[in-house]
Amino acid sequence: MDSLLLEPTLYTIKGMAILDNDGNRILAKYYNPSTFPTAKEQRAFEKNLFNKTHRANAEIIMLDGLTCVYKSNVDLFFYVMGSSHENELILMSVLQCLFDSVNQILRKNVEKRNVMENLDIVMLAMDEICDGGIILEADPISVMQRVAVRTDDIPLGEQTVAQVFQTAKEQLKWSLLK
Amino acid sequence: MAFKRDKKEEEDGGGNIFLNLEKTSVLQEARTFNETPVNPRKCTIILSKILYLINQGEQLGTTEATETFFAMTKLFQSRDVILRRMVYLGIKELSSLAEDVIIVTSSLTKDMTGKEDLYRAAAIRALCSITDGSMLQAIERYMKQAIVDRNAAVSSAALVSSLHMTRIAGDVVKRWVNEAQEALISDNVMVQYHALGVLYHIRKSDRLAVTKLVTKLTRSPLKSPFAVCLLIRIVCKLLEEEGDVALSESPLFDFVEKCLRHKSETVIYEAAHAVVNLRRTTPRELAPAVSVLQLFCSSPKPALRFAAVRTLNKVAMSHPAAVTACNLDLENLISDSNRSIATLAITTLLKTGAESSVDRLMKQISTFVSEISDEFKVVVVQAIRALCLKFPRKHGVLMNFLSAMLRDEGGLEYKASIADTIISIIEENPDAKETGLAHLCEFIEDCEHTSLAVRILHLLGKEGPRTKQPSRYIRFIYNRVILESAVVRCAAVAAMAQFGASCPDLLPNILVLLARCQMDCDDETRDRATFYYHILSGDQPQFIYHYIVDHLQVSIPSLERALTQYVANPTPEQFDISTVPVSAPEPTNVPEKGHGTVDIANPVAVQPETPAKAAESYAVKLASIPELAPLPGSLFRSSDPVQLTESETEYVVKCIKHCFSDHLILQFNILNTLSDTLLESIGVTLEEPEGYEILKEVACPKLSCGETGSVYVLLKFPEDLSLSVSTFGATLKFVVKDCDPTTGEPDTDEGYHDTYMLEDLDVLLSDQVVRVMKGNWGAAWEQAEGESFFELEDTYVLTSVTSLEQAIQNIVVFLGMQPAERTDRLPQGKSAHTLLLAGMFRGGHDVLVRAKLALAEGVTMQITVRAPSQEIAELITSALG
Repeated sequence: MDSLLLEPTLYTIKGMAILDNDGNRILAKYYNPSTFPTAKEQRAFEKNLFNKTHRANAEIIMLDGLTCVYKSNVDLFFYVMGSSHENELILMSVLQCLFDSVNQILRKNVEKRNVMENLDIVMLAMDEICDGGIILEADPISVMQRVAVRTDDIPLGEQTVAQVFQTAKEQLKWSLLK
Repeated sequence: MAFKRDKKEEEDGGGNIFLNLEKTSVLQEARTFNETPVNPRKCTIILSKILYLINQGEQLGTTEATETFFAMTKLFQSRDVILRRMVYLGIKELSSLAEDVIIVTSSLTKDMTGKEDLYRAAAIRALCSITDGSMLQAIERYMKQAIVDRNAAVSSAALVSSLHMTRIAGDVVKRWVNEAQEALISDNVMVQYHALGVLYHIRKSDRLAVTKLVTKLTRSPLKSPFAVCLLIRIVCKLLEEEGDVALSESPLFDFVEKCLRHKSETVIYEAAHAVVNLRRTTPRELAPAVSVLQLFCSSPKPALRFAAVRTLNKVAMSHPAAVTACNLDLENLISDSNRSIATLAITTLLKTGAESSVDRLMKQISTFVSEISDEFKVVVVQAIRALCLKFPRKHGVLMNFLSAMLRDEGGLEYKASIADTIISIIEENPDAKETGLAHLCEFIEDCEHTSLAVRILHLLGKEGPRTKQPSRYIRFIYNRVILESAVVRCAAVAAMAQFGASCPDLLPNILVLLARCQMDCDDETRDRATFYYHILSGDQPQFIYHYIVDHLQVSIPSLERALTQYVANPTPEQFDISTVPVSAPEPTNVPEKGHGTVDIANPVAVQPETPAKAAESYAVKLASIPELAPLPGSLFRSSDPVQLTESETEYVVKCIKHCFSDHLILQFNILNTLSDTLLESIGVTLEEPEGYEILKEVACPKLSCGETGSVYVLLKFPEDLSLSVSTFGATLKFVVKDCDPTTGEPDTDEGYHDTYMLEDLDVLLSDQVVRVMKGNWGAAWEQAEGESFFELEDTYVLTSVTSLEQAIQNIVVFLGMQPAERTDRLPQGKSAHTLLLAGMFRGGHDVLVRAKLALAEGVTMQITVRAPSQEIAELITSALG
């Protein structure tokens, strides 16, 4: 039974994925080369995972020797995978962080279309949450600070006066430097 | 309306630039990167597309990747934050695919030491992904600074990256231990967590340092819940290595227990999980953990409920009584919307509940068994197996349930586990045999898994002839011959032959059926049918016994190797099968343990290496040592490693005894645990007892810290068999050199000689005997009555044992032979028992033992041995004396 005691290591996360409501991959990352080494195996796993999870909103499932926690919103499914002995609550806090970060990046409109439009920022956020299987940050506020959300995307009406002022100043500075 | 249409158009992909991307055109677009000035918007989008493609599983060739990579380096000109960050991501993605990635080192180093905080952390991580061992020296100074940086992101990034880099340059990273230590007292929770991870990784081979680290940290509470979880795991590892002190006395365990009252649920659960999984946990330590888990069972969060019930399920396997307190909470979870939770709850209840609740629970499961995943169905099946062993009287209900499950849809693994369960029930419980076989017969009528059908046919052949009405199985078997694929037909023919061999009144009918099978279109089936037909019609009982009832005893991997060798080096001699080592049957599971600890947490359990495979790998390893060549014949048996030192001494020595037909090779595995010494020319001095003769010794040239090396000694067994069971004194001798613990280089060239006393090594009878599985022991016993066998009988009183179980266990271990006909399982409440054993003595001599045991003031035993020579028989009877 001693194998069930967890090896003290920082490598906690086996994978993270965001799928759409047909089970297609939007973004997915697997951190351990031994879990699903080829793209084909990854696809098969995602298909299977999606089939098992898209109907029942049950938050957690064990599949292919992995503990997978998940969360869905409108037409998106967020997954975080860890080893079958991993502390489920740690995985949950990573999932929560992933979801909250995306939620803030997309200004509470968590939909596939918005993810695609802000794919660069979502990629950066995933990279800030987990680096090679190690949880880098699990606090969505810090993640947001670190991905440096672009401000000029927001329609003018939704920006604060300070933001507008800041942008204007930047632009002026740049034009002067040229 | 207009709005709706807009929306529709958008969904069709109008707005999605990532739809239908094509690799070549996207890589074409990457040329835009070369334009000056850089257009950040455009380039970010193109870069996103490239990364998206890679993420979708698109493969880039080396040239493509390298070209893209170099184009990407142009983007360093732009100062757009997002673009720069995307470039880092790109570098990380392409670093393993492209060539000459170190070209960006200086750009990244600049970013990492620059003023822009948003660059620094990410630049470090990108830099480390392109750095190799030789380059690391150049950036070492910056890394050290970064680890202790005030910016948490930078510090975390540096720590995490250094952990990644221990894989390529462990020694360099080890030098950063002081910086990591400083980071440990950071205010930021994540930095603390990462620092602990790095520190532990650097020090994990140094037990003392780890203990020191842990003692310090358990006193001053860490802020990060993740760090506390990690600390709990480190503590548990120390506890497991601690030896056999009671847990409650260990200060380390106090810490784990205190964590059960932590404010973070994550930590509480981690602590409870740890307590449950510690090997030395007793019910006393379990109680607080279980009550915490009980609380979690009613949490609104599914993940927490799942975690709790899964851990309780684990507890139920080892300490069912501890979980009974939670039965009420578990009952509530049966109807949980998450099917995994419900399944775990039910299986836990099945383990803890009383016989009366079985029917009700089974009914509950059957309502949703079709909805759960195969992996959990396997869990249910295993719970049922455990139940059958616990409540043999309930086999009717359970067996019906299993056969219903067999009829459902399901994968091979799931079906196999059901079949396994039925088979084990049949073996454990003679009452269930007929119904079980009937269910299996029905199953193979409609079974799409060839391997399972073959297994069941084999079982029918073995068990069928010994039932009350063997004839009823013939129809099922013969149906297979008509309907199935070639492999199944073969198995069916073999099964029928078993009936023919064991049931004389069925023989004429079987012969008719076999004759029909001789017309089969498959070669193998036809051959088998012809073979069996002639043996069975030949009226030669010893042939029937040798070729049908008894099966091949050799180990298959060894046979394969021997045959390949034979084919590769053609000789005029015939292939001699007696030179192939005999394989011991796989250790049968002791019911209490084997089935009880079915690993629910990990349904895809890892198969341990089978003994046959282990023996084969030893044989290959020994053959590869030039000093020992030529080996004295083929390897007969290898013992399990025997510890010759305490486990926590300077040198850990284990011995494996390899037995050949007239020779013995002792393999001493030596582990040097001293970090500041280097051992050279290591040997083992043996005080060989009378009769033994040392032929060769192979020393181990060099061992640095943490390495394991082997010393071999080749001995000849004494002519007089009675001397072969004896004891060796052993001493380790070697030359010690002091060395630098970090580099492993010796300080001086001169060392000094030293010796180290080892514990005595016993060569036992069981080292010279291989277990042999006799399908039909009685038949073998009768065969051995002839003139070529000696029979010896003796009576002993075993005063030291108080129960028959204990006596049986001792005898089996002592003789190292295989119990046949399941006589090692004692029917309850009997005071006399007959144990039947079969084995093979080195040199390929079959040995059969019958031990009649009676319980009275200790155990009285009458032992009868049949062996091909008087000496062997004497040796065996005397071994028990």
